[in-house]
Amino acid sequence: MHPDAVQRVLGALLMVFSITMLPPALFAVVSADGTATAFFLTFVLLLAVGGVLWLPVRRSRRELRTRDGFFVVAMFWVVLGAAGAVPLVIQDVAPFSIVDALFESVSGLTTTGATAIVGINELPISIQYYRQQLQWLGGMGIIVLAVAILPMLGIGGMQLYRAELPGPVKDAKITPRIAETAKALWYIYLGLTAVCAVAYWLAGMSVFDAISHAFSTIATGGFSTHDESIGYFDSAVIEMIAVVFMIISALNYSLHFMAWRRMSIEPWRTDPELRAFLLVIAVVTVLVMGGLFVYQAAHNLSHDETWHHAIFQVVSFATTTGYTTASYYVWPAFLPVLLLFVAVVGGCANSTSGGLKVVRVLLLWRQGGREILRLIHPQAQIPVKMGDRPVNERVIDAVWGFFAAYVVLFALLMLTLLAMGLDQITAFSAVASGLANLGPALGEVAANFASVGDGPKLVMCIAMIMGRLEIFTLLVLFTPAFWRR
Amino acid sequence: MKIIILGAGQVGGTVAANLTSEDNDITVVDRDAGILQGLQDRLDLRTIAGNATYPEVLERAGAADADMVIAVTDSDEANMVACQVAATLFHTPTKIARVRAVEYLSHPQIFNPDAIPIDVLISPEQLVTQYVERLIEHPGALQVMDFADGRVRLVGVRAYYGGPLVGQELRALREHMPGIDTRVAAVYRRGSAIIPEGDTLIEAGDEVFFLAASKNIRAVMSELRRLDKPVKRIVLAGGGNIGMRLAQALETKYQVKLIEHNAARCRAIADDLKKTIVLHGDAADEDLLLEENIENTDVFCALTNDDEANILSAMLAKRRGARTVMALINRAAYVDLIQSTGDIDVAISPQQATIGSLLAHIRRGDVAAVHSLRRGAAEAIEAVAHGDAGSSEVVGKRVDQIRLPRGTTIGAIVRGEEVVMAHHDTVIEPEDHVILFLVDKSRLADVEKLFSVGVTFL
Repeated sequence: MHPDAVQRVLGALLMVFSITMLPPALFAVVSADGTATAFFLTFVLLLAVGGVLWLPVRRSRRELRTRDGFFVVAMFWVVLGAAGAVPLVIQDVAPFSIVDALFESVSGLTTTGATAIVGINELPISIQYYRQQLQWLGGMGIIVLAVAILPMLGIGGMQLYRAELPGPVKDAKITPRIAETAKALWYIYLGLTAVCAVAYWLAGMSVFDAISHAFSTIATGGFSTHDESIGYFDSAVIEMIAVVFMIISALNYSLHFMAWRRMSIEPWRTDPELRAFLLVIAVVTVLVMGGLFVYQAAHNLSHDETWHHAIFQVVSFATTTGYTTASYYVWPAFLPVLLLFVAVVGGCANSTSGGLKVVRVLLLWRQGGREILRLIHPQAQIPVKMGDRPVNERVIDAVWGFFAAYVVLFALLMLTLLAMGLDQITAFSAVASGLANLGPALGEVAANFASVGDGPKLVMCIAMIMGRLEIFTLLVLFTPAFWRR
Repeated sequence: MKIIILGAGQVGGTVAANLTSEDNDITVVDRDAGILQGLQDRLDLRTIAGNATYPEVLERAGAADADMVIAVTDSDEANMVACQVAATLFHTPTKIARVRAVEYLSHPQIFNPDAIPIDVLISPEQLVTQYVERLIEHPGALQVMDFADGRVRLVGVRAYYGGPLVGQELRALREHMPGIDTRVAAVYRRGSAIIPEGDTLIEAGDEVFFLAASKNIRAVMSELRRLDKPVKRIVLAGGGNIGMRLAQALETKYQVKLIEHNAARCRAIADDLKKTIVLHGDAADEDLLLEENIENTDVFCALTNDDEANILSAMLAKRRGARTVMALINRAAYVDLIQSTGDIDVAISPQQATIGSLLAHIRRGDVAAVHSLRRGAAEAIEAVAHGDAGSSEVVGKRVDQIRLPRGTTIGAIVRGEEVVMAHHDTVIEPEDHVILFLVDKSRLADVEKLFSVGVTFL
């Protein structure tokens, strides 16, 4: 590892992140809600820390190696989680405990959307905005942003990009140069956010709510400026707008780029992952709707509004956004667990959503099919294909490895939560939700995480960062081989 | 510029490495996904696995809006077809292809725009052959580069005790040789560059790059080292494409022996060559070398396609008394290694010889020739000054008025048929070919900007 290269990049990244303290500070100044000092102080603090790291080694010409990339990204997400908590801790208008602030910050940046706050409506407007902005920055990834705007990263940018990008195939660049790729991704991200905000506004949200919710919708995050989440607006139109944009943002951004570049819908039409994703959503929606109708018929409940709650809830979970409109946790037990499983599968690779990613599950599925076919035709050569192209065996191996790590980590974290005194449903659903960057869970933490202790919150922070960085980026740091020279 | 490179072999890889560092969008196509993975890990470029001649693969590589296709796969035919496909389907403006076979090259009409549309043909073997030929012509030189069709040459030479200028300041050069105009472009001392001034002291062991008209090169070299006797006896090891061509080019002027280990190939070469003595045997066989009077050989040149064998046989020849030994080395890392040890006098790098002719076509502005020096770290450029005093930053200015980027020197100016060595008061006229030496390649963009004409190019 090259300490000076790592230090230089980390310093620069922190300085970039410090700038993101200014918009909420502006909100604080304009609305005079008493938190401006906290944001300005954090800005100065992060800028200073970044500067102290960066200045002594700014002339270092060393490039980041692959392993430095892992280290920088993992360190950065941990440091960023902590840094994001700083303004929440030092402001005193709405006091946060350190653990709560950390939980909020990590949950925001990883686009999980789980919150430990009750009474979001009463928070100062600057903090409401700040939470949404954290999600937005975390959605496409602040490192991807840095790669786009910091030319100094050069080839090292690719090492960072690879370590942060979700999905099984890390080398699929949409343009030859990494900085251009990152820029293209951010343009699309920015464009979608703008369109989404306008749509919300036209559907009747206030400007502030429209922008705030566009941030967390496109990031598939799930934070809201209201305790009741999207349910606060109680509008089928807003819910359907959210559904459309959540789905768009959970699709592979490379497809959006290609469609935009070629001005055709062909890339979307032919992508096998996208088809599988939409199929999953459709099937689960039918199941949930059916389940609800049967349940309501049996208990003589009214079933108007059922259809859009069902669609909204399924999409919100499948894209790992985690908005809620209905009390899904009081639905018959089979439905919330089904929704959690859909969230574990998650969205498409190279999107802002979390979970295992549809393409991985699809590959596992095809691989299973291949094994069955092999039993029937022992001599057959059966490549696993995506679309018409055979998938490299290395990728399939990597998917298996990822899946195994996911299961093991899941078990470990769940046991830890159980040991900390949570009940089984709560522990299971919290870990599933954290690793998938979903947000809502079941049991004690169905509505929010305010009721659990500091220990489980910290475990959840680990789960969320592990989930966002797809486990391996963080896990390699814990192997002796990484630290050996 | 958007460039597609077909073939990720040695030339393809080196070209990609050179171009990615210069603000180009590079896509590399190859059939071997493993090689591509390696490139992708090292360089900021995109890779596509597939057959480079298929339209579908080219399309995925972005041929639709590419500015240039460089076809350097190991098959001449594939390169030609790929250029044809790119031209027909994608109307790619510039197509460069490597074509090795003399059988094709000797019929240039094949490559007309209405036949197989290739704008620039490169033949590494031919380039390497010319490169070695020039080195043999100037014994003692490390590198010899042609500018302005050979009227000016840039020569790299190591200074030794015994040269009259060694231990003296550079400005003494003019007193030593009143009639001869030359200009020292750069001095490398223990690997780092020194921008030469009048009072720079030349030390023994310095690598000196100077520009001079072809006829004056010997005279200038004699200032820097005791002049070697002209070459008479040459031994070439390896009868592949390069060895064979070189023998053909050299056999009329020198006594050439060629060692080849494959008997059938020996026979074939012997049939084609007129005066060369073709020896069947191993170039690393000490007895064979001694029997063939290696101690009286002026130049021993190891040209097989095995780097290690070339290095070892060249070292052996040197140890047994060959005056100058050269080795063909593909692997860039070895080139530096060999240059610094001194056992082998000249390391010939085919990529370095090839890349220069490629770069000249890729550069923006009006660049007539580019030579990559010292393994690509430095560069010599021949740029054409266009426009007038109003639109150009160089035309109508004296050399000392031009705001050159750091580490850049103007060496010489070619005006029509005349060669003018640049002095501080030389005024640059329109259509002059200006030869610049860049110690630091990263300043290249600034130099290009300097030579682009203001109004029309922006």
